Amino acid sequence: MAVDSELKIELGKQGVFVTTIEELYNWGRRSSVWPMQFGLACCAIEMIATTMARYDLARFGAEVFRPSPRQADLMIISGTVTKKMAPQVVRLYNQMAEPRYVIAMGACAISGGPFKQGYNVLKGIDRYIPVDVHIPGCPPRPEALLQAFMTLQKKIDEQPLTGAGRPRHLDAGAQGEFPVPEQGEHDLEPTSNKGVWPLPVVIR
Amino acid sequence: MVSSPYFSLAVLFAGALGFGLAPLGLAWLWAKAFSPAKPNAVKNAIYECGLVSQGDAWIQFHSSYYLYAIIFLIFDVEAVFLLPFAVAFTGLGLAACGAMLVFLLMLVEGLAWAWAKGILTWA
Repeated sequence: MAVDSELKIELGKQGVFVTTIEELYNWGRRSSVWPMQFGLACCAIEMIATTMARYDLARFGAEVFRPSPRQADLMIISGTVTKKMAPQVVRLYNQMAEPRYVIAMGACAISGGPFKQGYNVLKGIDRYIPVDVHIPGCPPRPEALLQAFMTLQKKIDEQPLTGAGRPRHLDAGAQGEFPVPEQGEHDLEPTSNKGVWPLPVVIR
Repeated sequence: MVSSPYFSLAVLFAGALGFGLAPLGLAWLWAKAFSPAKPNAVKNAIYECGLVSQGDAWIQFHSSYYLYAIIFLIFDVEAVFLLPFAVAFTGLGLAACGAMLVFLLMLVEGLAWAWAKGILTWA
């Protein structure tokens, strides 16, 4: 921000490195995103493959899959979210430390996928929690997850520390707890979180 | 004071304390300034789990679990003592064997107790 990017490259060639607190802070944040060890369906197999030697998620500083939401920054919704599982997913999200991010992995997590017409599958987890990156695919290849991960890193990198668009933990007014849906008679209640997912306008 | 033979130790102690406390203090300050806490009721629940936490973290175990403790002593801890006893058996005197026998008898008494209580029967 303070230093023009071309000047920075030019200085870099001369062996002078300049940075800002914001860049350094975001570099640290994006280089140690700890995902939560949490798999829902077949996408989880691809997620596991991503962490293994061939795809090696460790290159991005994200190999530390935490079994506790209290130690995790990133929730990878890897698979079908059934209506029975949705409250648990939201509750786990509420228990994660700030700043927290969500990758919705695969057709099911972003829209319900092949089970969209079913009575028991949630039509996208973004109805209840804010999703940062959506990846299509059934299931997405590990490369797609890596791409999503890099997209998230880019997003973290671009977050200013002050003003609009700052990370949620620095924004005292940002919502910390998201309402956990409950099993109603026919569906989850509420059927979506209006603050996160405004009802789409139906044009007839 | 400076002439005291323990002065250098005191300086080293203060240094060691500072070495340990300074990073903790810096981390605390950093967290204060750059990662303000954002608590909520679900996050502060006693267990981190997808399900609603039940009860309290401070639970008391029922005293009847003492039977499991006795059984554990007999079948697990006893083996730890019996193995070196068996290895050194030929070289042991009468007194050592007698002491070991008393130890075994005490454990057998526990076994008899557990047997009498009926916890060895397959329910």
